[in-house]
Amino acid sequence: MSESKQQSNGLIWAVVFIIGAIMLVWSMSTSRTGQVWVTAEQHAFVQNADGDWAKTDAASATSNDIAWTSYSSVPDNELTDEMISSGDAKMSWSRTIGLWLSAIFTLFILSFLVGDNPAYKFAEAMVVGTSAGYVMVIGLWDVFVPNLLGKLFPVMVQNWALPGMDASVGTQLLYIIPAILIVMLLMQLMPAGGWISRWPIAFFIGITAGYRMIGYVEADLVAQIKAAIIPLYETGADGTFAIWDTMNACILTIATLSAMVYFFFSIEHKGFVGKTARLGIWFLMITFGASFGYTVMGRIALLAQRLEFLFGDWLHLI
Amino acid sequence: MYNTLKNLDRRWVFLSMFLAVSIPILAKTVFPEVVSKQAKLVFDAIEDLPDGSNILLSYDFDPASQGELLPMAQAFTRHCSAKGHKQYYMALWPLGSPMVDLSVETIESEYPDMVYGEDFVKFDYKAGGEAVIRMITQDLRGMFPLDSKGVSLDKIPMTKNIKNIQDMDLIVNVSAGDPGTKQWVQFAATPFGITTVSGCTGVQAPQMYPYIPEQLAGVLGAIKAAAEYEAAIDAVYPDINDNPKAQEAKRRMGPQLVAHSLMIGLIILGNWIFYVGRKRGEA
Amino acid sequence: MKRFVPLVIAIVAGFVLLIANFIPYAEGWGLTAQEWFNILAVGAMVLGGGNLIKLQLMKISSKKAGWGYAAVTVVCFFAAIFIGMGKFGVHPNELYPNYAWSGYYLEEGSGMWWIYQHMIVPLTSTMFAMLAFYVATAAFRAFRAKNTEATLLLVTAGIVLLGRTYAGVWLFEGWLPDWLLWLRFDNLTVWIMDVPNTAGTRAITIGIALGVVATSLRILLGVDRSYLGQD
Repeated sequence: MSESKQQSNGLIWAVVFIIGAIMLVWSMSTSRTGQVWVTAEQHAFVQNADGDWAKTDAASATSNDIAWTSYSSVPDNELTDEMISSGDAKMSWSRTIGLWLSAIFTLFILSFLVGDNPAYKFAEAMVVGTSAGYVMVIGLWDVFVPNLLGKLFPVMVQNWALPGMDASVGTQLLYIIPAILIVMLLMQLMPAGGWISRWPIAFFIGITAGYRMIGYVEADLVAQIKAAIIPLYETGADGTFAIWDTMNACILTIATLSAMVYFFFSIEHKGFVGKTARLGIWFLMITFGASFGYTVMGRIALLAQRLEFLFGDWLHLI
Repeated sequence: MYNTLKNLDRRWVFLSMFLAVSIPILAKTVFPEVVSKQAKLVFDAIEDLPDGSNILLSYDFDPASQGELLPMAQAFTRHCSAKGHKQYYMALWPLGSPMVDLSVETIESEYPDMVYGEDFVKFDYKAGGEAVIRMITQDLRGMFPLDSKGVSLDKIPMTKNIKNIQDMDLIVNVSAGDPGTKQWVQFAATPFGITTVSGCTGVQAPQMYPYIPEQLAGVLGAIKAAAEYEAAIDAVYPDINDNPKAQEAKRRMGPQLVAHSLMIGLIILGNWIFYVGRKRGEA
Repeated sequence: MKRFVPLVIAIVAGFVLLIANFIPYAEGWGLTAQEWFNILAVGAMVLGGGNLIKLQLMKISSKKAGWGYAAVTVVCFFAAIFIGMGKFGVHPNELYPNYAWSGYYLEEGSGMWWIYQHMIVPLTSTMFAMLAFYVATAAFRAFRAKNTEATLLLVTAGIVLLGRTYAGVWLFEGWLPDWLLWLRFDNLTVWIMDVPNTAGTRAITIGIALGVVATSLRILLGVDRSYLGQD
């Protein structure tokens, strides 16, 4: 990076930090900026004569009952002074720290706009690690436990994590096969014997090929060709000639055919074919232009949401 | 002027985009919405169903796309709840389940009369994408032995008589990619003729148009369509119109207008530089 | 053994699905294969995570440039797994209060919820939000009306950009005669999406479908064996 660019980067950082600090101090002095408040809810359960557990009043719960407290965040615009003074709402330190971390991580990522820097790299490393870990967790609790362990060891899983599960069907031995396939797949991580993972991968590839074949033939080939065959003479509800609908139907047909001709590379694009293909390119360009417009719209919405978080949830400016 | 613009540091462009989005947010600028054809089609698909119809809502997106898709997901939830439809929620993205949780929270806080298990139910995330869709078109219990509260589907009033999703009157899919609307069209809407509507990201929306109307009853493309859908709901349901939380997409159209105008300005400016440069023999 | 068995597995698995789609008797086979596939998908997730950590650990042990960041990734990965799998801060499910492990791992206030809410949400959503800035610089630097095709793309993008905001209506308010209302950018956008976009996308969709079907057939018939590797 050139010296002048480094200097301007330093200047940008200084301006950003000064403006940020002023806004923060002003906001914190006038509102509950950067604070998260919660309300508590008591849960208590008592065992009845049948051995079942029923909800009971938390105030009357004894040491033999099961009881706990859960907390829900209160949006700032719903938080009243009465709630605070009565003790109904209290500030949550863990969530307040979390809110600040969210804001700091957002700024860390945005800092990449000024240039690559350690803050961005740190945030990037965190998102990779936490996301991968999260996926493992969700895989375990949402799929592995109910759909595999629950079939192989139903009684154990029922007594452990899924009491609502029906364990009466007993062990379903057929599920040993996917379990073995998973073990074989993970062999790829081993220094030797990785070739065994080709078996589950082959299973994966075969099933995917079968799926894709069915899905694409039916929905994207047959149904689309069918949808492209439309009447080129349109009439209105009263049976009279509908000029706009007819024109649109003609354009739609010509555009579809010409764009398909462009993708037909077995014939040289010369003469009539060449001219048709060129027309096809024009329609494709209009398609790409529309896609670009929609893509921009999407990206800006994502940025707006992040800035709403910074200005609203964190700084309480809106 | 030409030389300054030609060598303009890209960080000025970044700053202008930051300001174009920030200022309308801080100024809370809101514009009126005209409900377009697609938003009307999607609205009608839900509105025209008899009250209490079975609707499967699959929220296949994650926090990365929530700026675009969460407002429309919430709008779907509010519309279905106001109509009293039975809602079956699921997610095909690993990070998508918490998006469904937000809708469940909306139902619990804004529609307290609705009962879990009788009016709405949530299924947990399942891996496999299109394979999950394919499977539940034939056997719901094979994929979801339990709901997200760990209760067997046979013991839940609204699921005990559901064999597979062919029993649904409508599929609502909010999609950020793959698996998403394309897969729902390929494996549920087309082979089984289940009426499907979609709300998807701007990137995806243009790709969904060829499926309309035979394979897809309508599509909401990105935040603008979500704002139009909110406007369509507001016109019929005054309670939702009065709820500031239900106007999220409309609020987001302020920054959208200014940023889009900036984009047009940047394209024009860039082309002016190009033409002047070409005239001077630099390009 | 290394090549023949997986080849047979792929062909059989693919054909089982195809047959199950057409012959009601074989529907059960298809369902079983699909269930295995879905379970195996979790195995693929674990493999992905395992590979990531393997590479990061190799980076750390060889002290390659940026190994500190690799360490951050490893720590975050194991912290998320430990907290999530241990259901830290999760209360029992209210329906089964006497089962300590029955609660929802993303319950509000729990450890995994905290990680999701305060780390995954801001980090992933800001990553994507950044694209708004880069698309702006791309528009300024790369979008040039150099020829007819590029001009068509630019003009369409401009109409759609304005047509998908209130500007598309507002710009024409008060002066455009009723019979020319179709020229209003919001109406033009609807036409662009319904006609040229539908046609162009349909052509691409059919093209992709043909490609996918050809690729799938090559796999199912054993012609394409690239997934079996070299040895």
